[in-house]
Amino acid sequence: MSTATAAAPPRTGAGAPPLEVRGLVKLYGSLAAVNGVDLTIEPGDVYGYLGPNGAGKTTSLRMMLGLIRPTAGSVRLFGRDPWASVRALDGVAGFVEAPAFYPYLSGRRNLELLAAYDGDGASGRIDRALDTVELADRQRDRVGGYSHGMRQRLGIAAALLREPQLLLLDEPTTGLDPGGMRDMRVLVRRLAQEGITIMLSSHLLVEVEEVCNRVGIVQQGKLLYEGEIAALKRSAGSLHALRTTDDARAVAICRAQAGIGDVHQRDGRIWFTAEQDEAVAGLSRALVEGGALISALEPQSARLEDLFFSLTEGADSGGEVDEVEVEPLAEAVP
Amino acid sequence: MSAVAGALARGRTSSARPSVLTVWRWELNKLRFLKRTYLGLGLSVIVPIIFAVAVHFRHAQHGDFAFATYLDKSGLALPLVILLFGAVWMFPLITALVAGDIFASEDHNGTLKTVLTRSLERWQIFAGKTLAATTYAIVAILLNGTVSVIAGTLESGFNPLQSLSGQIVSAPHALGLVYVALLIYLIPIGTVVCIGLLLSSLTHNSAAAVVGTLMISLLFQLIGVLPGMGGAQPYLLSTQFNAWQGLLRQPIDWAPIVQAVWVCAIYGLSALAAAFLVFVRRDVAGG
Repeated sequence: MSTATAAAPPRTGAGAPPLEVRGLVKLYGSLAAVNGVDLTIEPGDVYGYLGPNGAGKTTSLRMMLGLIRPTAGSVRLFGRDPWASVRALDGVAGFVEAPAFYPYLSGRRNLELLAAYDGDGASGRIDRALDTVELADRQRDRVGGYSHGMRQRLGIAAALLREPQLLLLDEPTTGLDPGGMRDMRVLVRRLAQEGITIMLSSHLLVEVEEVCNRVGIVQQGKLLYEGEIAALKRSAGSLHALRTTDDARAVAICRAQAGIGDVHQRDGRIWFTAEQDEAVAGLSRALVEGGALISALEPQSARLEDLFFSLTEGADSGGEVDEVEVEPLAEAVP
Repeated sequence: MSAVAGALARGRTSSARPSVLTVWRWELNKLRFLKRTYLGLGLSVIVPIIFAVAVHFRHAQHGDFAFATYLDKSGLALPLVILLFGAVWMFPLITALVAGDIFASEDHNGTLKTVLTRSLERWQIFAGKTLAATTYAIVAILLNGTVSVIAGTLESGFNPLQSLSGQIVSAPHALGLVYVALLIYLIPIGTVVCIGLLLSSLTHNSAAAVVGTLMISLLFQLIGVLPGMGGAQPYLLSTQFNAWQGLLRQPIDWAPIVQAVWVCAIYGLSALAAAFLVFVRRDVAGG
């Protein structure tokens, strides 16, 4: 987990991470669209920026790309401030909301324009980018006739012209059909394998779980959690489903057992979380000794969706978010 | 994609970066694909032809304004009559069609965020677009003047022209004066460009910016004819559209031309500075 760096000032120079955000705030009147976000993306990360609609994801990305000015806080791209100079965007590419192009120009001519605006030999990369997103066949057609999915792919092609080391993608699969969503996820994984650091905002939990290694969860403009998805799952405790010959007795035994928590019955099974494997072994022994014989005991991996709702709904209700027992929450949640 | 990895390994070694001229060139390139470009240029071409046809079929005495009585004696009177006629709405409209659209269309298409996340500073994009809108206005005026000269010559001949002071000016000399008059006409047109750019960047709405620019131009005309506003006349934008008439006097009267330069500079640079600040400082939360 990266919360150790949460309060540290942004790093500069050669060792600066691809993206470092500190205390980021954007106010619209009295409304805080983004409220004190700290996050860090390290080289090689595929970082999922998760949150429900209206959580402040797009506003954050706009500030990261220098499109809107933060009310407070800082954004550093490889140690550079995007509001100080557009040179901060060297090696950075992406799009916010749907990628937009001139509808009266062809896909290729749009890329030629953007390559000219990139300089640095970007025009020589157009054919390769079109091949990568499989749009070479439609490159001469006007963008006005493109489907939403084709525009999304053209957006990726436009980003690749910049030879990005950091890609910022805002809801890249929104509006795509299932096939398009699958293709986009495959493409993102391929780009990550090529060594490109990627941040993608999404409200699609399955997508983030499938593609990303780290995640930042944002709700009402505030970052609730930042860290590895695997660590989030581990710290949430391992979930188990149990069936016995005497469930009423088994529930009582579970509740009395050390290291076992969150015991409840659902779908004809008893559900509990265990801090460690030893606690499960101890419970097995106690159940047998108590006369509730085990007919099934299945470990269940925690889903990001469950953890996400535990975090965000906990924050919504004003309750203690650390019900999922995620260590850094005490720091991250105000 | 292995090429991408190779490029990452090589790093970004070249320092070639885009410039204002890059934006200017691509803005002109984009104008080739827009209907409004051809609407404006078409208006520049068709109006002189309509005038020439009207002169051909009309046998009565023409109007009593400058050069109107000379329309059937020299073809070189036609471009000057059209400069007088076009100042009210035609040239401001032609100019506003592009200047009022050039920023607003980026909002409309959502492409502002696309171009602002490339390798150009905002001021470079602003300067490139300003140059493109100005270039279009220059092309439209010179095209109009050229078509007027041709149409007028075909109708009334390439004949000497009588100046506003009554002297007869040879045809070649008059032709030169026509083109210098067109250049002087570009001074207030430049101000209209600046007003269009301001409204375009302020409103983010192409139609509002085009109509607003035209309305401001007409408002100046209206103020000029209001009773009791005679003292304001020299300082109105509409008055500066007549500055070129100083050329058609013997000797040349430079006073209205100099007046046009500084009056238009005040209006134009104020509008341009405001447009620049709005564009450079704005949050791009939509487009």
